[in-house]
Amino acid sequence: MKTNKYLYLAILSLILVMSCSDDDSNPVPVNEEEVITTLIVSLNPTGVGTPITMESRDLDGDGPDAPVITVSSAFEENMTYTGSLNLLNETVTPAESIREEIEEEDDEHQFFFSSNNGLVSTSYSDIDGDGNPVGLLFTLTTTSAGDGVFTVVLRHEPNKTAEGVSDGDITNAGGETDILVSFPISVE
Amino acid sequence: MKYYFICFAFFLFGISEAQDCSFTFSGELSDFHDGTPISAAAIYIKKLDRYTTSDLDGKFKIENLCKGDLILVISHIGCETKTVNFEVTGDMFKAIALEHHIEELNEVSIKTNISRNETTTAQETVIKSKTLQKYSASNLGDALKEVSGVSSINTGNSIVKPMINGMHSSRLLILNNNVRLQDQEWGIEHAPNIDINSANQISVIKGSGTLAYGGDAIGGIIIINPTQAILKDTLFGRTSIGAQSNGRGYNVSTRLNKNYASGWFANLQASHKRHGDFESPDYVLTNTGLQSSGVTFSAGKKRFESGFELFYSYINNDIGILRASHIGNISDLVTAINTQEPLVVNDFSYDINAPRQEVTHHLVKALYYKRFRNFGKLNLQYDYQNNQRFEFDVRVGADRDKPALDLNLQTHTLSADVILDARDTYKLNFGVLGRYQDNFANPDTGVRRLIPDYERYDFGIYLTSEWDVNDQLTLDAGIRYDFNRIDAKKFYQTSRWEERGYDEDFQDIIIEDLGTQLLTNPIFNYHNVSLSGGMKYTLNTNSYILGNYSMARRPPNPSELFSDGLHHSAARIELGDLRLEQELSNRLSASYAYNNDKLNILFEVFYNHINDFMYLEPVGIEQTIRGAFPVWSYQQTNAALYGADLSVNYKILERWSINNKSAFIKGDDLDNETAIIDIPAFNTRNELTYRNDTWNNFSASLKSEWVFEQNEFPDYNFETFIASTNETVLVDISTPPPAYHLLHFYSDINFNISDKTKLNVALSVNNLLDTNYRSYLNRLRYFADDLGRNVTLQLQLNY
Repeated sequence: MKTNKYLYLAILSLILVMSCSDDDSNPVPVNEEEVITTLIVSLNPTGVGTPITMESRDLDGDGPDAPVITVSSAFEENMTYTGSLNLLNETVTPAESIREEIEEEDDEHQFFFSSNNGLVSTSYSDIDGDGNPVGLLFTLTTTSAGDGVFTVVLRHEPNKTAEGVSDGDITNAGGETDILVSFPISVE
Repeated sequence: MKYYFICFAFFLFGISEAQDCSFTFSGELSDFHDGTPISAAAIYIKKLDRYTTSDLDGKFKIENLCKGDLILVISHIGCETKTVNFEVTGDMFKAIALEHHIEELNEVSIKTNISRNETTTAQETVIKSKTLQKYSASNLGDALKEVSGVSSINTGNSIVKPMINGMHSSRLLILNNNVRLQDQEWGIEHAPNIDINSANQISVIKGSGTLAYGGDAIGGIIIINPTQAILKDTLFGRTSIGAQSNGRGYNVSTRLNKNYASGWFANLQASHKRHGDFESPDYVLTNTGLQSSGVTFSAGKKRFESGFELFYSYINNDIGILRASHIGNISDLVTAINTQEPLVVNDFSYDINAPRQEVTHHLVKALYYKRFRNFGKLNLQYDYQNNQRFEFDVRVGADRDKPALDLNLQTHTLSADVILDARDTYKLNFGVLGRYQDNFANPDTGVRRLIPDYERYDFGIYLTSEWDVNDQLTLDAGIRYDFNRIDAKKFYQTSRWEERGYDEDFQDIIIEDLGTQLLTNPIFNYHNVSLSGGMKYTLNTNSYILGNYSMARRPPNPSELFSDGLHHSAARIELGDLRLEQELSNRLSASYAYNNDKLNILFEVFYNHINDFMYLEPVGIEQTIRGAFPVWSYQQTNAALYGADLSVNYKILERWSINNKSAFIKGDDLDNETAIIDIPAFNTRNELTYRNDTWNNFSASLKSEWVFEQNEFPDYNFETFIASTNETVLVDISTPPPAYHLLHFYSDINFNISDKTKLNVALSVNNLLDTNYRSYLNRLRYFADDLGRNVTLQLQLNY
């Protein structure tokens, strides 16, 4: 029958379409650009004491492995530390500094610090172009001894002029959380 | 159903000597398809001012004709009358085949409000052109809610995905001018790329029974048809302009159709719309503006025996997504849920910033058909689609203007379809289809691919039949086989690969080990058999019943297989599963319809049992540097969905009518003895309409929309520790919002500007009382209220 001819034609041309569009090249891996894998908190005592380093490292980003959190040593009572933050993307080699990106867009970022049991208090030591705090540099003061958790939060596009935000109160900050890390600490 | 028969005949018969008016024309009229004689056709001989009719054998005779011109006007019941000119030179006999077929008759119908059903026994509802025009400023998903039992699943108010009897996305099949839309329909935030203004008629078919279109439409099929060509020398068009208060938007749409009696035609349609930030009753929904442009062009030649069509459609959508819905982690989500107002509310703006999506869809189609005498019709079609999707996230630094998602999906389809309709009572339809699809995920985004590069091959073959047993009973049945092959190249993080246990089951598909990442080459083949059977029984002139059974299989889509990453607006990690098998649906449905001058009732029930139903479910919590995230993974269960849809129209008085559309549905997860997520709650819409034809076809209606609270939902709530307050809180992501009731007003009036030019002015007010509400089926319900009052004015010029 005449119809069959058309059917064969259709099937044939389909096979043709399919066979010419094959290519076996493999896709290239994606360079993950804004992943923050690592947060390093460096604290130097203003008096006599041991510098402290706290790290959170999550090399698979959003992957299933949990971040590895380390705290080098305990804090000393009634001590003031000067703090500094470093942020890295270690999925690429060499590691990319996220701190530089934040410095460039410091008006859109702010760190918030908190601890339970009133173990430590913090204050900002840096400001952005508008005179609002950023938190890459800060001071940390301990009072009495005890155990607890010290939490660092990075908010992207917070409302820095909202009430309490420039004093480090996260309640009205808004924005999106880019980092939330809790370090177990003790003050001795 | 209205029947149009184009009937024309040519008869020449001459008898020798000039001036002798004794020539005889005799003719025989027969059906083109099966050669059966056409009787009782009226043949008017203009010169003699005389009528004759064809006899039972389709024959007729005109005697005593003079030499010279002869004009015959031939008509048949419901036919468009045709006039033919002849020159008489002698006695002649001619056998003429008449075009006698329902489908073709509708194709020549000039009236755009004639509806054409795609099926006989399926639960099908047709939305006519007149109704679609109301949605010129809106989108497909909203227009489809005209059908009882159809709802939508939304991401905000501009990304609206249709939902038929609780099913959406890959479980629905959308056809635009007979091309199956391939536009990454798997994602909930991927709305169908259809310009509502290009549609002339939309059919919604519940269930998978219509196998010629696909075997995997577990929920249903949506068929969008553009304006049909008509065999007449004519040029007509339509332009509409609209403005709306909410979003301070405007929309323009215009179309021009040119047709020739010879069969040639060309249609051009274009539309554009622009909205700024929409507003809820209390606040601006920042970054919800949109910009959309579409163009459709078609041309070809349409004759009864053969024809061709070239069709091209383009649509570009740039849609802003509520700024406050972009969150970083669970504590942000908790804050959002606990705050009544969205966390970001700025002044009204037309700007569309991140998060936003920009999607461009091209569709090209070439169709050729030929009809064979005493046999049927053959269609050959090739179509190509190119879908480019960009999603822009809130990003920092140099990546700020870089898309976070950049997917390009190209699809080629070649199909052949044969309809054997030579016999009056029996129709057979079979066809084959081959499809090649290529997805490319651009690595330049700097974000790991959500969907990998893949190639997909589909092959389908089907046979459907329809049998008019007698005047009351029509039966149909169909069978279809589909083969799908998906060949992907996907990177897995080594840690994820091991966490999923793929290192035990799929170690052989690794083609490259990059240390922290593995490149894999999953290849899956699926064989699907689908069946359907249905009947329509006419009880009397006013009522009929339908019954339908269908079995359909759907293979997992790329999202269900390969999803792998963090979903920002949901603050969750979504994971596909390579081990998923096809789901199998067995659906039973029945309908009762009653129609008379005053009352129209359509009552539909269905039961859809789905084995291995694929769905997302939270399976655990994972820690990242941003805090803890729930992990949602695709699972399979046995499910049952059942419900009833009611649609009633009653003319109370000459000019007053009421209309009710209600839908009730339940979705049970049989294995886990719980409800299925995202099932629409009971809803009922009641409309009171006043219509007065003597006042320029004035009409006004008030509609009440009442959506109940969904009481049956799976409890996916979880607890999380909020570090900043040192508290553990319950994250309530499951509880549906309360019931709501909205009032809508619509009114329109028509003016005849000239003989052929008509102006239609329509005023509508949605959410008349500016009610605050949130919809369970809106994914952004955690973040903001739905739209407040919206006043729309639309002018439409038909010429």
